[in-house]
Amino acid sequence: MVQYGQAHFDTSFGALSDATRRGVLEQLGRADASITALAERFHMTLTGMKKHVGVLEQAGLVNTEKVGRVRTCRLGLRGLEEEAAWIERHRQLWAARFDELDIVVEELKRKEKANGRKKRK
Amino acid sequence: MDVRRESEATPTKNRTGVERKSERELVVTRTVSAPARLVFEAWTKAELFSRWWVPKSFGVTLLSCEMDVRVGGRYRLVFPHEGSTMEFFGTYLEVTPHSRLVWTSEEGDNGKTVTTVTFDETAGKTLVVLNDLYPSKEALDCGSTGAMPEALEQLDELLASLGSVTVTQ
Repeated sequence: MVQYGQAHFDTSFGALSDATRRGVLEQLGRADASITALAERFHMTLTGMKKHVGVLEQAGLVNTEKVGRVRTCRLGLRGLEEEAAWIERHRQLWAARFDELDIVVEELKRKEKANGRKKRK
Repeated sequence: MDVRRESEATPTKNRTGVERKSERELVVTRTVSAPARLVFEAWTKAELFSRWWVPKSFGVTLLSCEMDVRVGGRYRLVFPHEGSTMEFFGTYLEVTPHSRLVWTSEEGDNGKTVTTVTFDETAGKTLVVLNDLYPSKEALDCGSTGAMPEALEQLDELLASLGSVTVTQ
């Protein structure tokens, strides 16, 4: 299950805070690549690159798939954008509703005040 | 600017929180600067409810809004849709004046959505927490089988067009 709360975005931003990981995303933006190829490209050990890819995968920024003995990495950005858009769509609907509700309720408040004044007379 | 409030100080808009609490649950929170009894009134009187549930900015006008707000009572909202009409309807399951409302949405093909709203007043302000429990993950995900697919699509288009004109504010 995917969490859409603060924690989710923290994970995403945490994943983006490292220069190598940003480089990996940039690389994957051009073409899918194996972990071995990424390790070579960034002059790292296989273990080190696996860790970075793991963090990106955790954040939903990268998807990996093992075919035979090769693990291929590709961008998982689409999922993140869809989640954000989904939440934003609902938020805008509700924000618009509540903005109108505020107007209705303000009117009720004014009426109540006016009636209160009349009653005291 | 909103001309309807020209003589008023514009109330500061409160933040609207939206969270997907689980695969089937959406939770919306907002504080309204008014006592719970007035917020409750705006949710339970058809003539008031119909003024805000479908915001003017959506470009859709409610054709009718009937609400029988009591346990077991029904509601029905009718919208124009592609030359015909579209209806939203359901039943009130709980009605606790000024603090809690629970109703179903039954227009979907694959089961009912249950909506629970609580009104929690503190120092003259009311925290509104709305919880939509959908019949399935899919119903909440894309709305293709759930509560208001077409309305959300229309909303998408509308929001896209609004987005392009309101940036300059």
